[in-house]
Amino acid sequence: MTLWTPLLAACAACYVIKLAGLSLPERILADERIQRVVPLLPVALLAALIATSTFATGRHVVIDARAAALLVAAVAVLLRAPFLLVVAAGAATAALLRLL
Amino acid sequence: MATGAYALSFGALSVTAGLSVLETCALSLLMFTGASQFAFIGVVGAGGNAWAGAATAALLGTRNGLYGMRLAAILQARGLKRFAAAHFIIDETTAMAIARETPADSRYAYWSTAIALFCLWNLGTLIGALATHALPDPKVLGLDAAPPAAFLALLAPRLRGREPVAIALAAALLVLVLRPFLPQGVPLLVIAVLVALTGLRPR
Repeated sequence: MTLWTPLLAACAACYVIKLAGLSLPERILADERIQRVVPLLPVALLAALIATSTFATGRHVVIDARAAALLVAAVAVLLRAPFLLVVAAGAATAALLRLL
Repeated sequence: MATGAYALSFGALSVTAGLSVLETCALSLLMFTGASQFAFIGVVGAGGNAWAGAATAALLGTRNGLYGMRLAAILQARGLKRFAAAHFIIDETTAMAIARETPADSRYAYWSTAIALFCLWNLGTLIGALATHALPDPKVLGLDAAPPAAFLALLAPRLRGREPVAIALAAALLVLVLRPFLPQGVPLLVIAVLVALTGLRPR
């Protein structure tokens, strides 16, 4: 299977969501339940993505250099480092640990 | 400048995740919403089903729909212009537009931010992707271990208050528990359904 089909479908979906927000009558999107759920989706999904990309290898849960990278990234976030620096700090931590 | 740096890391991580330079650039050109792009490459890079990645990207993009609603009254974009305006609805353009006093100022802020960010975002992506593509092995730089850091940087500004923190911790725990039982990438969708159900129950 080529990656292009899901990739373009995802792009189309993201665009349709933006266009729908701009076009649909306000009362649909102003619904209290939608207003409550939508901001929570990124919180739950990003947290889940952190967990899987840090601790999962195949079907197993492992603790390796990625966990240390996440820890250093968390310190960088707390110090209000810019995005690129947070990512670079995480990458550098993993790279150093693997050299040891 | 911050956008350019953010885009550089997207380009680098996308190529590290196994996408081609062309696929990486297509995401920035056509999806143009950072968190969704990172989610898509995160799921694909971890060996997950690409359709699960696509669904996760769309779910992360739902907040742009709410931004669109707030911008509709301000932008007053009709006809073809509305189709163009929609593409640039992201956190940053919305924030710039709603911070202005008059509709005319808001529209100017929206379009100038949109054009500047779109150029920087795509240029940064291309440079990051090409530079990483030229590396013999991105793993030596630890780039394969960087997605959690990127997701954390995206999550941190949203963790204001007790409810988001509780939801984040529950989601992180649940995804690891579900993982052995479901195809890769699918636990993310289960979590999205659970969030929707908890939020939609009547109060």
